[in-house]
Amino acid sequence: MGKVIVVTSGKGGVGKTTSSAALGAALAQNGEKVVVVDFDVGLRNLDLVMGAERRVVYDLVNVIQGEAKLTQALIRDKRVETLYLLPASQTRDKENLTPEGVEKVIAALKKAFDWVICDSPAGIERGATLAMRHADVAIVVTNPEVSSVRDSDRIIGLLDSKTLKAESGERMEKHLLLTRYDPARAERGDMLKVDDVLEILSIPLLGIIPESMDVLRASNLGSPVTLADEGSAPARAYFDAVRRLKGEALPVTVPGEKRGFFGKFFGRKAA
Amino acid sequence: MKLFKLFSKPQSAPAARERLQVLLAHERASAAGSDLVAKLRDEIVRVISRHMHIEQDKVSVKMERGDKVSTLAVDVEIPFNAAKAAAARKKAA
Repeated sequence: MGKVIVVTSGKGGVGKTTSSAALGAALAQNGEKVVVVDFDVGLRNLDLVMGAERRVVYDLVNVIQGEAKLTQALIRDKRVETLYLLPASQTRDKENLTPEGVEKVIAALKKAFDWVICDSPAGIERGATLAMRHADVAIVVTNPEVSSVRDSDRIIGLLDSKTLKAESGERMEKHLLLTRYDPARAERGDMLKVDDVLEILSIPLLGIIPESMDVLRASNLGSPVTLADEGSAPARAYFDAVRRLKGEALPVTVPGEKRGFFGKFFGRKAA
Repeated sequence: MKLFKLFSKPQSAPAARERLQVLLAHERASAAGSDLVAKLRDEIVRVISRHMHIEQDKVSVKMERGDKVSTLAVDVEIPFNAAKAAAARKKAA
């Protein structure tokens, strides 16, 4: 049975889709069989970020409504053969996402894949609650910024009350993925520090993804950053996050904290 | 380092951290509180219904959070007939 992961945040634009694509690709690059599911019905973007926008024929809503088989809707990645995408519908209303339909699809995917990654839409409405409903593990994507942290706190509350796991009295496993982290700004004291966010949200840290041009470049090219530039700082951070997700006790290094005195001095000036 | 700080704007991250801590403490309490208010409302309705007929939607329960103490306001609208019937029942007993 595969593991169901929800990538969620509450706030929009923090990097849910980018992270879903990068984590999914990184897992698949390690030989795992992965499907990334777009739950953002009406505003799909995972297909674009993964470079499959011209290959979408059927989508999640078609499968739920019985208009297509699951195998017809799944899109296999052209670069990594164990990576699949289940796109969201662009034209349908999100009311078509029924709890029973989602349950069936997730159950089928769990049987066929090692990892089912659910890319949640922003907000706390139907799409977001259905994306988290069947999750075994939640990844809360947060930017070191007040509104993102507040919304993440809200989402953590929902994860602990509205998921199947929570309702059956189990503990939902939650991890924090801190994205768009800018070491120079943190050092200047103008960005919430890693420890600040961890203390406020009090869930374990899965990784810190530095703010980087490489992420934008990758999405321009329609490629998860772990595929576009394996050696880049964000790609390495995602690869490390995946190792932690698989249970490895890998310590997290805060970007920019390894620099020596001169590095700090010049780093600051350069920023 | 200190000289550098002297000429730059004061750091804003500590303010962000403090504001968040205060806000979230409040929001977490009220999220848990809304559940409590719903429960209280249910039980209050049940207790009053034992003695007189009231409409479910004519009962309002409000919790207001102050700095030091919170207040619980219960507002029950009792129809004229229900009050009379209850009084009559008491007399008969």
